[in-house]
Amino acid sequence: MEDIEHFEKEIRLVDENGRRIDGRSLDALRPIKIEAGVLKRADGSAYVEWGDNRVLAAVYGPREAHPRHLQDPTRALVQCRYNMAPFSVSDRKRPGPDRRSVEISKVTSEAFANVVFREQFPRTSVDIFIEVLQADAGTRCAGITAASVALADAGIPMRDLIASCASGKIAGQIALDLNKEEDNFGDADCPMAVVPRTGEIVLLQMDGHLTEDEFDRAMKLSMGATSKIYEMQKDALRRRYAVTALDEDDASEVSP
Amino acid sequence: MDGGKVLAAFLGIRTEHEGFVDIIPLGGRYFPQPDDEVVGQVVDLGPSHWLIDLNAPYPAPLHATESPWRVEFGETSKFMIIGDACLVKVLSVDETKRVQVTMRDRGGRRLSGGHIVEIGHSKVPRLIGKGGSMITMIKDFTRCQAFVGQNGRVWIDGEMNDMVHAIQAIRMIDEHAQAIGLTESVKGYLEGAYGKRGA
Repeated sequence: MEDIEHFEKEIRLVDENGRRIDGRSLDALRPIKIEAGVLKRADGSAYVEWGDNRVLAAVYGPREAHPRHLQDPTRALVQCRYNMAPFSVSDRKRPGPDRRSVEISKVTSEAFANVVFREQFPRTSVDIFIEVLQADAGTRCAGITAASVALADAGIPMRDLIASCASGKIAGQIALDLNKEEDNFGDADCPMAVVPRTGEIVLLQMDGHLTEDEFDRAMKLSMGATSKIYEMQKDALRRRYAVTALDEDDASEVSP
Repeated sequence: MDGGKVLAAFLGIRTEHEGFVDIIPLGGRYFPQPDDEVVGQVVDLGPSHWLIDLNAPYPAPLHATESPWRVEFGETSKFMIIGDACLVKVLSVDETKRVQVTMRDRGGRRLSGGHIVEIGHSKVPRLIGKGGSMITMIKDFTRCQAFVGQNGRVWIDGEMNDMVHAIQAIRMIDEHAQAIGLTESVKGYLEGAYGKRGA
């Protein structure tokens, strides 16, 4: 404990020039790479590299919901499983669901339930699997971003994609997209997911404390970032079909 | 519709035709529509019905009275068992998406022998081609019998070697459905395999 306190005093999350430990400015995202359609067997899939995060998402469905007593005769279920690989973190993670991953699975499925046209598929379920291969803070945001692309890749009708990003407070300043050190030694972390077209917020969580003003600034940062992520998501989907789709005479645009 | 803008709900290619905007889906699951002719597979038996998997989210019951046979109560297994494939037509889909299928129609029958290949249902029109040109070409070259279900299941029957070529050609179409000159490249493949014997 003493060691950690010592370390906390020593570590400087933001230097005098406003640069963070990985060299970013306070309002910069980590480098993001999104690829759609990476798995053959899943109906839709996506892979996201977000800084040092590596996340894979697969989507199945709509398919018959099992067990059958879970079926909703009026709409589809959106079920999600968020899972971290044992080797995704520095200490081996005990495999299997734990309190944290059950929570993330729940909030993720609830976020997607807002955008999927569930009424179109009564009695079915849309299953989302998010596998975190390497974690470096912000995996739920990376997972949601990947799952959203995977859903679109699976051809599931949605109101829009969901873009997600976190912001927080480090060394007393509001910063975007915290990495592992900033998350561990920072003051607050606030992940958020939005429907970029309408600006609706479908996920908002907070760990730590922010004043109202700080919270507003954090929201603004996240909102700006999600519109960038949204473009990257659409780009990934365009690239997925680019080789063939753009050959077609009438292939003027890929939507949504 | 949102604020006067028309938005697509799924990923697809936008086409405009005579003032109408259309989205051709790039993926997605098959949803049965009445009158679709599909290739189904028996997944369960009841005393007076079979449960048919249509490659859709919902299996569809085929009632004994909708079969071409006179089936006594409890004797459904004499006609079709689990795993059998059949050619059926979608009879009705109600608002809760309950699907019923029938075999009492042109072509409805149990399929014996052959192979089933699955492709994306959105690629079915491409596989059939304009006026059936593509599938006819494959049939002519490989001398296989083939039936393309609207659900993306294709049933092929013929000599083993011919079926391999037919399956290969269908896979090509599945993978390159949006490419230009697909007909030519499929034709090229088949000519490579058979010489200029077909159409």
